[in-house]
Amino acid sequence: MGTLGKIARRTFLIGTGLVAGGLAVGYYYYRRPYPNPLEGELTDGEVTFNPYVKIAPDNSITLVAPRAEMGQGVSTTLAALVAEELDVRLDQVTVEHGPAGHAYANTTMLEEGVPFPHFDESTIAELMRSGMAVAGKFLGLQGTGGSTSIVDGYYRMRQAGAAAREVLKLAAAKRLGVEPGTLWTSDGVITDPASGKILTYGEVAAEAAALAPPSEIRLRDKADWKILGKPQKRIDMRAKVTGAPIFGIDVRLPEMLFATLRMNPYRGGPIVGLDAGAAEKMRGVVKVIRLETGIANGFAVIADNTWRAFQAADAVQAEWGKGAYPPDDAGIFDAFDQALRSGDASYGRDDGNVETAFADAPRERIVEAEYRVPYLAHATMEPMNATAQLKDGRLDIWAPNQMPTLIRQLAAKAVGIETENCFVHTTYLGGGFGRRSDVDYAIYAALVAKETEGRPVQVTWTREEDTQQDMYRPAAVGRFRARLGEDGLPVAIDMRIAAPSIIASILPRYFPSLSPIGPDKSITDGSANQPYTIANYRVGGVKAPVAIPVGFWRSVGNSFNGFFHEGFLDEIAVAGKLDPLDMRRKLMAAYPTAINVVDKVAAMSRWGETLPAGKAKGFAFTLSFGTWVAQVVQVADVGGRIRIEKVWCAADPGQVMDPAIFEAQMMSGIVYGLSSAIGEEITFADGAAQQSNFHDYGPMRMFQCPQIEVGLLETAHRMGGAGEPGTPPAIAALANAVHALTGKRIRSMPLSKEVEFV
Amino acid sequence: MKLNVNGRDHDIEVEPEMPLLWVLRDKLSILGPKFGCGIAQCGACTVFLDGEPVRSCSVTVGEVSGAVTTIEGLMPDGRMHPVQQAWIDEQVAQCGYCQAGQIMTAVALLEAIPNPSDEEIDNAMSGNLCRCGTYPRIRAAIKRAASANAGA
Ligand code: FES
Ligand code: FES
Repeated sequence: MGTLGKIARRTFLIGTGLVAGGLAVGYYYYRRPYPNPLEGELTDGEVTFNPYVKIAPDNSITLVAPRAEMGQGVSTTLAALVAEELDVRLDQVTVEHGPAGHAYANTTMLEEGVPFPHFDESTIAELMRSGMAVAGKFLGLQGTGGSTSIVDGYYRMRQAGAAAREVLKLAAAKRLGVEPGTLWTSDGVITDPASGKILTYGEVAAEAAALAPPSEIRLRDKADWKILGKPQKRIDMRAKVTGAPIFGIDVRLPEMLFATLRMNPYRGGPIVGLDAGAAEKMRGVVKVIRLETGIANGFAVIADNTWRAFQAADAVQAEWGKGAYPPDDAGIFDAFDQALRSGDASYGRDDGNVETAFADAPRERIVEAEYRVPYLAHATMEPMNATAQLKDGRLDIWAPNQMPTLIRQLAAKAVGIETENCFVHTTYLGGGFGRRSDVDYAIYAALVAKETEGRPVQVTWTREEDTQQDMYRPAAVGRFRARLGEDGLPVAIDMRIAAPSIIASILPRYFPSLSPIGPDKSITDGSANQPYTIANYRVGGVKAPVAIPVGFWRSVGNSFNGFFHEGFLDEIAVAGKLDPLDMRRKLMAAYPTAINVVDKVAAMSRWGETLPAGKAKGFAFTLSFGTWVAQVVQVADVGGRIRIEKVWCAADPGQVMDPAIFEAQMMSGIVYGLSSAIGEEITFADGAAQQSNFHDYGPMRMFQCPQIEVGLLETAHRMGGAGEPGTPPAIAALANAVHALTGKRIRSMPLSKEVEFV
Repeated sequence: MKLNVNGRDHDIEVEPEMPLLWVLRDKLSILGPKFGCGIAQCGACTVFLDGEPVRSCSVTVGEVSGAVTTIEGLMPDGRMHPVQQAWIDEQVAQCGYCQAGQIMTAVALLEAIPNPSDEEIDNAMSGNLCRCGTYPRIRAAIKRAASANAGA
């Protein structure tokens, strides 16, 4: 940790030295800054060309998609990027996640961590982005998050395919005594059109792997793509419709034990007393151990099956010390309100002069509102779990996770071995949504494995534990005011938002010696960086000092700022007697991509057409993770309850690698957002979360799910993500539709506290 | 204790109050049925008991007298069940964790009602949660399988 600590401290300061340092990003093949992690994993006769391609003599071809597959289709699309240039069909390759390795660092994820709006491409923003990318490479963080996988892989995966193809051609050319430029490649075969001779990739792989790729490799023109840009069959679909054992919870190893854990429900509190006497006598119980970590404190029960471990955990008597935060919602939100009133704000945006604009504003021209959202759980369908084995100084961890290199480092440290003796096997994830970019479950499993004398042990959390020990989406509050001009358009908007800092919660969990500095842009993400032009426009974020653990939740700060910003704009439109969609178009005039998606969704939803009585529509727009998204939600009154009938979504991510998968991601993001809006909430009483399972934390069910229509555009000039941008506008568009239907302006989530949904 | 799963008899020695789900998963390594909630709220653990869909997390093994069918038993000859094929054709699954349960419930629905209305689909499927929001594609897949039924 020593050196890493120093580097990390520098880089979180966005180290000036590193910005100038100029480690080339994405040119692995030429510079080889990291060893190829596949070298150590080859089977008989197999060779590897770079960290993404392995080929065996029988022409079986393996591609590595080093990002967590949690449903977003990333394994298919990353493989497609390699396959396109390698000239193989997706149905003739095997796709693996591959080992944890620094060669697979996600540089885009860090690039997008800089405090500049996505559309700001001024020199300083670009410089900061490239600086962060270098830092990401330097730290070797392999992560899946921030909707970055495809953006990150777009060049380097295609380069990997092309580089391998070129050396295969070189090897074939040597063998055939012809010029490599005369050879054709397709479907994993090299053809010499002059002689009609054919060689498979496998036949020349061993010779090819020894050759250096040419220094210039031209990637194919988009017009020549055979796979990219077209819908592909997902490579994981068959496994997923046959119930195949592909998830973390399905890992089965010889001699494996089963365990579960219970951590202090007063988050961060200590263990005061623990009596496991009765539990240890129960059938099948091996032992009960204390788990005391910098993340949480509690105990684990090791048994010969999961159910017996669950039963015995219930029988342990634990006395828990309290957490360092107010015990109930009243106290918690008081702390938020106090931060909002008197905390130091950092301004993600400050155009014009807001104070002057409000100083002489006539009362009737001012709109004011306060908004609030609760903590939320991720509630992945597969509860947290990990399997670990510590034997002869080697630690293996099998885990559905979004951060393998971080696990490797921290789990090794937890059991006192060197990082290089820890091996992380990333399984399929039964949902991630950001929860699995925390790594608590893996560290706990490593600690449990310390107690099983070399036997592997699977640690499965109950749903109750998963709900109560989540790293929640932060609650947030906001106070907003606007001054309207004579034409009804806002001449000034002032937003102040208070929420806990996610990075300030995460860093000390895993790197207690690091202290995050500077503003946390996630607090204003989705409000401070939207493509609107308003003469006086200020958005400030205040860190709310509440110590309940928080983490990344699908779309992060955008998940509440989308609601705050777009809900408030809807109020402004109503006050200014303007059509809310029209008003947006006027304010977005400087951003053609925004106008494009707004116009598209207006056409798709027939915005402006009169609806029958008892139906209404709401609109919202959010640019997040580089993707421009406009949505319209239609609701209907059915006997006093509200049914969400239909959602239209227009999205522009610049380039779409797989339209079917992209559309599915938009749909998924929309359902995830709507689900939170119609009934999800984590509340606190007596120091603990009050919700525990799906009966009191209720996600959307099929009968509540609207029809969803997605339209895609490719006009933005930078490439955006897929996994998250669908979520933020859905929440706001629903709230705005509910207002249009009922006249009720609901400013706090979930909406179900004030209206009833079907 | 005897347990018949997917046409095979197993001899198991467990407490009768152990839920069927954990017997399948941890004793027999039949891993298609998934653990999601443990309290009959999510449907991830759905299996058939004598052809009827049940939540295996909430049935004790002592209560089981008949034959158990899990998703592994849907394709005894290795050929995809038409409902699974419809799931592939509509590219339903995302993370996939809920899908074994969704498919089991859908198979049972289509056996009871070969050509279900939208409302019948919603009613039958609403006990199965999907956090990835695949509901629209599940609806489409059920309709596709139903029309394949009608065509056959
Ligand atoms: S695990 Fe059985 S219904 Fe959820
Ligand atoms: S596909 Fe992920 S929970 Fe349904």
